[in-house]
Amino acid sequence: MAERRGRILIGAGTCGLAAGAGAVWAAAERALTDLGLPDTPVIGVGCIGYCQEEPLLDVELDGQRFTYRRVKPDQVKRIIEKHLAGGQPVTELLLGECVDAPNPYPTLPFYAPQNRVATRNCGFIDPTSLSDYEARGGYMALRNALAKPPHDIVEAVKASGLRGRGGAGFPTGRKWELAAKSPGPHKFLICNADEGDPGAFMDRSILEGDPHAVIEGMVIGAYAIGADEGYIYCRAEYPLALERLRDAIEQARQKGYLGNNILGTAHSFHLHLKEGAGAFVCGEETALMASIEGRRGMPRPRPPYPAQAGLFALPSNINNVETLAAIAPIIRNGADWYAAMGTAGSKGTKVFALTGQVNRTGLAEVPMGISIREIVYDIGGGIPNDRELKAVQIGGPSGGCLPASLLDLPVDYESLQREGAIMGSGGMVVVDETTCMVDFARFFMAFCARESCGKCTPCREGTTRMLEILTRICDGNGTMADLDRLERLAGNVKITSLCGLGQSAPNPVLSSLKHFRHEFEAHIRDRRCPAGVCKNLISYRIEADKCTGCVLCARNCPVEAITGEKRKAHVIDPEICIKCGACFDVCKFDAVIRG
Amino acid sequence: MTNSLDEIADANTILIIGSNTTESHPVASLRVKEAVRRGANLIVIDPRPIEVAEAATHWLQPLPGTNVAVLQGMMNHILTTDLWNMEFVDSRTEGFAEFVASLDGRTPEWAASVSGVDAGLIRAAAEAYATAERSTILYAMGVTQHSTGTDGVLTLANLAMLTGQIGRPGTGVNPLRGQNNVQGSSDMGALYDTLPGYRKVNDAAARTALAQAWGVADLPAQPGAAASELPDRIMAGEIRALYLMGENIALTDPDANHTRKALTRLEFLVVQDLFLTETAAFADVILPACSWAEKEGTFTNTERRVQRFYQALEPLGESRPDWQIIVELSARLGYPMPCASPQAIMAEIAATVPQYGGIAYERLGEAGLQWPCPTPDHPGTPILHREKFARGLGRFSAVTFRPSAELPDAEFPFVFTTGRSLYHYHSGSMTRRARPLAEHRPDAYAEMDPATGSAMGLQDGDLIRVTSRRGEVTVPVRLVPGTGSKVIFMPFHFREASANLLTNTVLDPVARIPELKVCAVRVEVAQA
Amino acid sequence: MEILLNGTRVAVQPGQTIMQAADSAGVHVPRLCNYPQLKPSGACRLCVVQVKGARGLVAACTTPVAEGMEIETDSPTVADARRDVLDLLVSNHPLDCFHCEACGDCALQDYAYQYGIKEGSYDGARRQVEVDDRNPFFRIDYEKCVLCGICVRMCDEVMGYGAIDFAGRGFTTLVSTPYGVSLDDSACVFCGNCVQGCPVGALVPKSQVGAARAWEMKKVRSVCPYCGVGCAIDVHVKGNRIIKIEGAESPANHTMTCVKGRFGWEFVHHEDRLLKPLVRRADAPRGAVGREWFEEATWDEALAAAAAGIARVRDGVGPDAVAGLSSAKASNEENYLFQKLLRAAVGTNNVDHCARL
Repeated sequence: MAERRGRILIGAGTCGLAAGAGAVWAAAERALTDLGLPDTPVIGVGCIGYCQEEPLLDVELDGQRFTYRRVKPDQVKRIIEKHLAGGQPVTELLLGECVDAPNPYPTLPFYAPQNRVATRNCGFIDPTSLSDYEARGGYMALRNALAKPPHDIVEAVKASGLRGRGGAGFPTGRKWELAAKSPGPHKFLICNADEGDPGAFMDRSILEGDPHAVIEGMVIGAYAIGADEGYIYCRAEYPLALERLRDAIEQARQKGYLGNNILGTAHSFHLHLKEGAGAFVCGEETALMASIEGRRGMPRPRPPYPAQAGLFALPSNINNVETLAAIAPIIRNGADWYAAMGTAGSKGTKVFALTGQVNRTGLAEVPMGISIREIVYDIGGGIPNDRELKAVQIGGPSGGCLPASLLDLPVDYESLQREGAIMGSGGMVVVDETTCMVDFARFFMAFCARESCGKCTPCREGTTRMLEILTRICDGNGTMADLDRLERLAGNVKITSLCGLGQSAPNPVLSSLKHFRHEFEAHIRDRRCPAGVCKNLISYRIEADKCTGCVLCARNCPVEAITGEKRKAHVIDPEICIKCGACFDVCKFDAVIRG
Repeated sequence: MTNSLDEIADANTILIIGSNTTESHPVASLRVKEAVRRGANLIVIDPRPIEVAEAATHWLQPLPGTNVAVLQGMMNHILTTDLWNMEFVDSRTEGFAEFVASLDGRTPEWAASVSGVDAGLIRAAAEAYATAERSTILYAMGVTQHSTGTDGVLTLANLAMLTGQIGRPGTGVNPLRGQNNVQGSSDMGALYDTLPGYRKVNDAAARTALAQAWGVADLPAQPGAAASELPDRIMAGEIRALYLMGENIALTDPDANHTRKALTRLEFLVVQDLFLTETAAFADVILPACSWAEKEGTFTNTERRVQRFYQALEPLGESRPDWQIIVELSARLGYPMPCASPQAIMAEIAATVPQYGGIAYERLGEAGLQWPCPTPDHPGTPILHREKFARGLGRFSAVTFRPSAELPDAEFPFVFTTGRSLYHYHSGSMTRRARPLAEHRPDAYAEMDPATGSAMGLQDGDLIRVTSRRGEVTVPVRLVPGTGSKVIFMPFHFREASANLLTNTVLDPVARIPELKVCAVRVEVAQA
Repeated sequence: MEILLNGTRVAVQPGQTIMQAADSAGVHVPRLCNYPQLKPSGACRLCVVQVKGARGLVAACTTPVAEGMEIETDSPTVADARRDVLDLLVSNHPLDCFHCEACGDCALQDYAYQYGIKEGSYDGARRQVEVDDRNPFFRIDYEKCVLCGICVRMCDEVMGYGAIDFAGRGFTTLVSTPYGVSLDDSACVFCGNCVQGCPVGALVPKSQVGAARAWEMKKVRSVCPYCGVGCAIDVHVKGNRIIKIEGAESPANHTMTCVKGRFGWEFVHHEDRLLKPLVRRADAPRGAVGREWFEEATWDEALAAAAAGIARVRDGVGPDAVAGLSSAKASNEENYLFQKLLRAAVGTNNVDHCARL
């Protein structure tokens, strides 16, 4: 068998590994040995974004790269044998050809509107290899930056229009300017890698797939503001990201990108990695700094702002992972290049984590200003089973639910805020008619109530009271007075809470009330859950006319609530029924009625 | 104190010597903590691993009784490295040459050999003290309760003058006074050698003025007997009658066995107290005084602040305020005092004590006034020695280091030292009758180093017998890491294990203060 | 610098917070977590006010004034929000004011009264914690705690011990020692400055439990009888008994005390107090020690006996055969009279006190 120049790439981020990439990897190495190609490199790369299609295995041959989707270990040998050894792609298993461009799969709808800047290297480099990063222009921006006065860097980032990708959207250049102006020989630059929103995983993906992108952004930022010491605060629930960071920091230190006199200049920057212990509130910058200091992660009031007195009471600047990952491209390609993307107020690209009741899920980096419809229908491929889209929840537990009527809303900071949602970290959960909006709001409120740090009264007490009211409504015990009280409390928690967590915790409730009030009212007035989710408000019965007596429902009932003779209509005993819906799901004749 | 408590918080370097500040003066220590939080240097010279020592930037742990050596080592280093304040020394002081000569050979290495403190640490502390913009010294009984206590205080004054760390805010030489009104008692002339206002008894002019004010022909000109000399004077038959107001010398005096014997020799003893104390049990007449809560008056705190306290309770039972009892007794001794109230007494004080000339009840308000306050419109004096010292030029003292009177030997191999605990006070007559305190810390204890203790097979709580040349006590042991290997410490609040049965009565020749902080003991395992 | 406070022009100092500016202007903004000796924390949110142009409401305790700032401290929005915050607190607070030591001296009670909150309108979960009675100094009832954090910050910022901190999260947040051990076993030194700072009845001196409430007590300004710092204190008295002692404002201590000053006063009422003069029995052998050798006497008898004994030695042996020891616990006035007695009435300089012990 003739030796061909090629290599195997495996999507080995946490998403890939969870989908079985480990077994695929082992199968690939086995197959290569079996096929007499033991020298062919097998490289684990970061997530390329199409998480739903994991495990992904790429065959790169003679400069061409093809991606196989949902690869099972027993398919690996065939793929390698036919494709790598034989030069013939296994077309029926193929996702498509992968090109090294901001849009790696131009022909796939999932990728059509994408323009990968922050995630540019994810899936393309070996994240454990500094030379891979350098080969794609890594640390070039740092060299460029160090040749200019720090002020120029601040100005460039200001001109790029980059805004904080962690949620609040504060202009990054402005933030750097404030930190740069703050006097002091000792300043900190901190990377917030405490990604806590349920459903958001873009930061993890970047850290796992391209750790040096963040480090390079930090060294440049530190130079711009005059910081000599930095921290990456990364949650302990991201072991792979921590491992990648630990290795990357050491590599960068050895190569002179970190430490004293970086690249022979006067700029010095010492970077530490700090593991968080999993409190959502530690994503809030003052709580994060308290946690680094070894104190309880609780927010403190501002002023003083971190730029004046932050970590250890010294001037500090905090940026999010995705923000920092965008820095090097901005320096390398120029502010104008970045500012050309997006809208007037929201420049550049943003990574969204698309999940929920949508056909295609994963991470998509798109220019700001693209409509929700494009994201859900073009990238996401619409709703499964042709069901109706009901809402899109944007921005995590601090975000809001936007109804189908707002599908054409452009996704930018201003538009989302206007409609009661927020950009947040970019989580986007698609919801169809089978989701109860009251229950959905309750889910997010339960998260906020659990994660409230307990410092300020409205958030500590108010989130629990809102949760109790929502639970009461879901249970069918709500009153119209509850609804008024919920709305008033949500409004007051929003305007009185100390930090962003409490101020935004009511958002899911308020936006749901704004757009889906009728569902709340149906629960209260009609004792009915329109989506058929809230157990206390639904009952199952079997329509005798339609029941064929196939006994499938009775066999699937976990509590033996269904009785009936074969080929005769069955009945459900409501006293025994636990409303699990198993009968409803299995009935082939639509004889089980939920109401 | 030469300066005020609040100024401690603004100091750049704080030197604490012989003061367990957080336990003996907890509220003063809050200013130390505040300064340290702001980044001040904290130098602690103390043999024990007390809380301030552990918070210190520089902890110098000398053998008990070697303070003067450590300070001389520091000053020697300040001189040789030219860190002293020439301008201050030239314009404000005298006796410098003699003082410099006295430090000849007193190098940090010499100090290290005497005290056991690392010479490098002595140098570092010297630099931190000398070079800071504002350095303050806080000291307490750990400096004074030595046969060389006066030398210790003079050496601290030398250090402050040498570096010009006095007479400005945040500087000074600041004794933390142990009793709530020990400052006032001294101000008022309750001293064997000074009249009210620190005028010597042999000052004829002062005597004449007072005699006139008090309506007597003359006042005695010879210094009397110091408290510490009373037992010997009684034993010698020189003193036959004793009037004690609120003093429990049978427990608080060094070599208490000796004091108790002296009390039985008296012809007549009057004790005026709240309780039937160990001392009162020897009395002929016991006069029941009431507590501070049952009367009004003024106390003068350690920063010379005269503050009013008001009557909260009616006197319990038939007890009476001390001042009323004195007035009654004086009348019966043929000398009626025309004093109707504490306020009237203060008016007399203002008229006869120059430093209190401007003190009057209606002026004291909530903040009080700091003496010297010579006139009714004087605002008080937060900082002493600003432009010049009380005597004019500050006088350097040439001090020669002397070791403690009783040093460890083969028979008594440990250094024994005493002090206070946070939860108790003095003889315990107050705190041990306060249920929460007594419940929280009911028992006496002795502290020793864990290594020393475990070598003797001791564990926390085991009983030891501590014996000196004067007596012995049996007490549970606490093994405290960092206690010097040759040091035993005991608080002196507990009558059932009285530390003062062991202590030495040798006095400082000038201040006549006993050497409570150092004597030699041996330690044995005791059977329960 | 000027601001517009509730429509009135007010001169303010740069660097002041809105709360400080309002205080100097005589406008009270409600507060639970603010405490003069502590850094502002912004936790209770009762002090929220409306600032023109600001998003949401801002906490007066932490927001600095700015030139021309327009502030409403009690607009309808503010009042409604504040009432809701109070409602939340009261909804999670036992309404046993009938039986609470803090009744009449409770910030939560005062504000609830002011804002017309009779009871909490949010029913649902209530914090349930057993009363912690483990230490001998004060009782801890965390069901009454409003989590203002004054105790936590007092222990950390002022005292530097950090014996307590918040534990748990959200609705289950509690103030706690590490692992919930008794304060006896923690870094606590029982200064009780936290007890004094507690705005409600969560921390109460044990001496006050069941003994007295604010309106029954007379508060008398005094000075601590222990060390030389001279902390100003307020002695709280009911029926000629001390109920508790708190720190008062003086340059000496700025309202702080230590454990002795606050909890060390019971000796005043101790059964050992001498309540009548005692005179040694005529049949007592010389040097006999003990209570059994004494008889109660009237003041006249005792004073006469004392004077006679002293006069006998003074007149028989000489003035210098008499000595007196004054007390560093006695007042200036008493010390003055004491030495005057020895010098003028007896005629000796044999007078001293325990300055050296």
